[in-house]
Amino acid sequence: MISEHLPALQVVVPLLGAVVCAFFTRGDRAWFVALVVSLAMPFIAFGLLLKVLHGGPISYALGGWAPPFGIEYRVDILNAYVLVLVSVIGAVIMPYAKRSVEHEIEADKQAWFYTIYLLCLCGLLGIAITGDAFNAFVFMEVSSLATYALIAMGRDRRALLAAYQYLIMGTIGATFYVIGVGLLYSMTGTLNLADMANRIAGIENSRAVLAALAFLTVGISLKLALFPLHVWLPNAYAYAPSMATVFLSATATKVAVYLLLRYFFTVFGVTVIYADLPISEIFLLLSLAAMFGASIVAVFQQNVKRMLAYSSVAQIGYITLGIAIANKTGLTGGIVHLFNHALMKAALFMAIGAIFYRIGSVKIDDLAGIGKRMPMTAGAFVVAGLSLIGVPGTVGFISKWYLGLGAFQQGWWWLVMLIVLSSVISIIYVGRVVEVIWFRDVAPASRRAKDPPLSMLLPMLLLTAATIYFGFDTVLTAGIAELAAEWLLAGVR
Amino acid sequence: MISTAPFLIFFAGALLAGVTRGLARSVLMVALPIVGAFNLYAMGEGVHLQLPILDYELTIVRADRLSMLFGYLFHLAAFLGIIFSLHLKDTLQHVSGLIYAGSALGAVFAGDLITLFVFWELMAVSSVFLILARGTERSYGASMRYLLVQVLSGVILLSGVLVHAYQSGGIAFNAIGLNGLAGWLIFLAFGIKCCFPFLHNWLTDAYPEATPTGTVFLSAFTTKVAVYALARGYAGTELLVYIGATMAMFPIFFAVIENDLRRVLAYSLINQVGFMVCGIGIGTALAVNGAIAHAFNDVVFKGLLFMTMGAVLMRTGKINGSELGGLYKSMPFTAGFCIVGAASISAFPLFSGFVSKSMVMVAALEEGHPLVWLALLFASAGVFHHAGIKIPFFAFFSHDSGIRVKEAPRNMLIAMGLAAAICIFNGSYPWALYSMLPYPVDYAPYTWAHILTQCQLLFFSALAFCWLKLTGLYPPELSGINIDAEWSYRKALPAIARWIVSVGGAIRLNALTRMQRRLERFLGQIYRHHGPEGTLARTWPTGSMAFWTTLLLCAYLLVYFF
Repeated sequence: MISEHLPALQVVVPLLGAVVCAFFTRGDRAWFVALVVSLAMPFIAFGLLLKVLHGGPISYALGGWAPPFGIEYRVDILNAYVLVLVSVIGAVIMPYAKRSVEHEIEADKQAWFYTIYLLCLCGLLGIAITGDAFNAFVFMEVSSLATYALIAMGRDRRALLAAYQYLIMGTIGATFYVIGVGLLYSMTGTLNLADMANRIAGIENSRAVLAALAFLTVGISLKLALFPLHVWLPNAYAYAPSMATVFLSATATKVAVYLLLRYFFTVFGVTVIYADLPISEIFLLLSLAAMFGASIVAVFQQNVKRMLAYSSVAQIGYITLGIAIANKTGLTGGIVHLFNHALMKAALFMAIGAIFYRIGSVKIDDLAGIGKRMPMTAGAFVVAGLSLIGVPGTVGFISKWYLGLGAFQQGWWWLVMLIVLSSVISIIYVGRVVEVIWFRDVAPASRRAKDPPLSMLLPMLLLTAATIYFGFDTVLTAGIAELAAEWLLAGVR
Repeated sequence: MISTAPFLIFFAGALLAGVTRGLARSVLMVALPIVGAFNLYAMGEGVHLQLPILDYELTIVRADRLSMLFGYLFHLAAFLGIIFSLHLKDTLQHVSGLIYAGSALGAVFAGDLITLFVFWELMAVSSVFLILARGTERSYGASMRYLLVQVLSGVILLSGVLVHAYQSGGIAFNAIGLNGLAGWLIFLAFGIKCCFPFLHNWLTDAYPEATPTGTVFLSAFTTKVAVYALARGYAGTELLVYIGATMAMFPIFFAVIENDLRRVLAYSLINQVGFMVCGIGIGTALAVNGAIAHAFNDVVFKGLLFMTMGAVLMRTGKINGSELGGLYKSMPFTAGFCIVGAASISAFPLFSGFVSKSMVMVAALEEGHPLVWLALLFASAGVFHHAGIKIPFFAFFSHDSGIRVKEAPRNMLIAMGLAAAICIFNGSYPWALYSMLPYPVDYAPYTWAHILTQCQLLFFSALAFCWLKLTGLYPPELSGINIDAEWSYRKALPAIARWIVSVGGAIRLNALTRMQRRLERFLGQIYRHHGPEGTLARTWPTGSMAFWTTLLLCAYLLVYFF
């Protein structure tokens, strides 16, 4: 039956789609293939999620080779959630992609753009779904190489430098990752993550395993842009094509966070992470540095895309803060923020992408008064921006609520104050843009602008509405995140 | 019967008002509070709307006697305010006024603290436009200060709610009491909105700077929501008795010397709220009834007074007592309504203030607070003085300023007339109001003792005014800005700073410049590291990126190993 092969389909369909796209020369046909593939992904992901919720983790032996020797695809509550996140974002942004890509990418490269995009999607879904350490590395490389190419397609000449820097940094990260995996393999003799978790028991404190953990931590931290390894991110997001920025900001770092959670909690286990090693303290420090450092940088940015990129670094700080808080509520906050941040940041980048589509600039001065010309777009920006601040009634509040509550339960009063304080900084950088786009006189650059075509507007408004909707109905987001957090902390191996 | 959450009607109305124009909008806006009141009637008491969110069950609408009374009151206030502002063409003011009224309704029907917080902030954000819409530089400054304080109050409320939820595990909005950090934080948040002494500046700062119609809205909702919240959460807290008494007294001095007549009313608003706070603090059935009844009456007569002053301001463009006078010739109806409002606020028998204010005072005596009773008595005399005599006297009589204008527009006259009628009705037939109060009322306002006491008070107060005026001892109306507790930050701090500078001038390196230099250096550092060219913001060379990554790896290895 086809439902048994859902795990394989989740990865194979985009891969095949990429191959098909490569045969087209016309962008719109490639777009159509990518659209169909992207729209199919959420169905598979939700199917998997439902199966996991009802029947527990799914194990799928790829090619019929039984684990631990063959490659195992393993879906549990945590990665089913990540799969849903990535595939939903991938699907929602595809209608948006057409006009934006036509506008920003040269005609003969559009088909390639969709090819690479599908490869990237395939890689990200692959990292999330696989239960094999080395297979994850392969998918990490697939997605990373695709990402470098996506970024390099940006119109701005600085995109090339950004892509090159990310190439270097990403390769270092991947190398560290594979060194870590190699060390683990040498100690445990397996590459299957579940198997590895069993065999690691008893040798957790050996030098080689600890070194492996260090390599994995740094390697994955690079991918998820944890402060101070975030330096590749702002330029990459700022100069990549709008569509690529939307997709990457919403999914790429999230998948890396997932991988970190996977290693920390299911391979090494709660005791190693929290009791034996000071990971909680380190992550606390780095998260706070990200929340404040990157936020303050965002305040001074003139390029709105780059500002949002720095805000992403800060928001990743909230996610890793959930790991640092080290109790169920805090971890729930971190995991739910994966989803919530994806929603709002995608909406924000879409809005700024739509503005770029109309006026060809993302400089804050050129955006003056654009709210009067593009009210829907600017309205979406404001709502998603409020969510970024964490105003009640938006998803941002839900995340911060859980984080704050988790900090309370830990007895960390000061941390609650710091979370609130960092939100104040986000009020400044969001407020600065809101002030310019709504309350200034219309800039000459945007005198003729109007809201983008419906194909761009609707996905943007959909995500914006979702930031409000999931601010009230938290069954799907926080409910599943809570289950996942519980499951991770129970030390299920 | 079909009913819905009261605030939804107003929010929907605000949406519709945003897209309609002219007559359609007028009809819509006038119909809105009427529909709302019917909805309230159909809804009845009980818990009506619950929404599960996170781990909590939000009670969006919880109606009991207390919230119902405020619900009807706010519908009435919105009705009067809407009629009063019908002549406006300003969509922004209409829409924000409706959202503001709806948020106030949401707040009084909130059954849990989180819902309360949401509406608390919505009120702040929606009402600020009523001040901004004035369009002057001063109103811009005042509105920003106003917003800052209001949002601060909301943030304090939220932190209190968080602590409360964490400590007690519940978010239901019932009696809270002053125990523990949570109680104090929430108390402080309520206190800011309620204008506790030293926390009151936002009101006297912002309300007089709002538009003529905006102030009418503002005076009705924000402080009354705070009174409601105190009555719900802190009834019987003794501290409130003394806070209330202070609030009733201190504004008198400022009101007497203030020149801007709407600012005089703002002070007297604090003074009236003082009576309510005091009643809530006493906490007996009579006192709380009195406080709530007084809130009801205050909304109407204070609204009426602000309306008359708004009409004067709109017609003449002036509001300072020293520049007005003799207006009764050109605005006779407004002058008449103003006198009714003044009589009500001064608690003349047969006017509405009389039947509610005395409840609080009697309760103060009964509960053994003779000093508080004296304070309230003094405050009553003061009210008569500054609100009862000063407002109508300087605006409409006094020396003729020579200003000749048209009478207020018809819609304003209708609103003022309705308010005046309610004042007289409530004063002459208080039992309708009494029957709505949270506790059964066993109180007779019209005893000889009450009437005589009050008349003595009023007559001697009037005598004092006349004597002062005739002997020329009355403080002249100066066209200046009076500063009260703002003194601390508008005068004292700069003065101290100057003193430090003058002392430090001799020593050269004084603390202030050092602090200033340190602050500059601190900001410079932030800018250096975070600004566009800062370490954290500029594009790093690829090599140093790789170097730092390696360094971090070494750090991790060291930490993990040891």
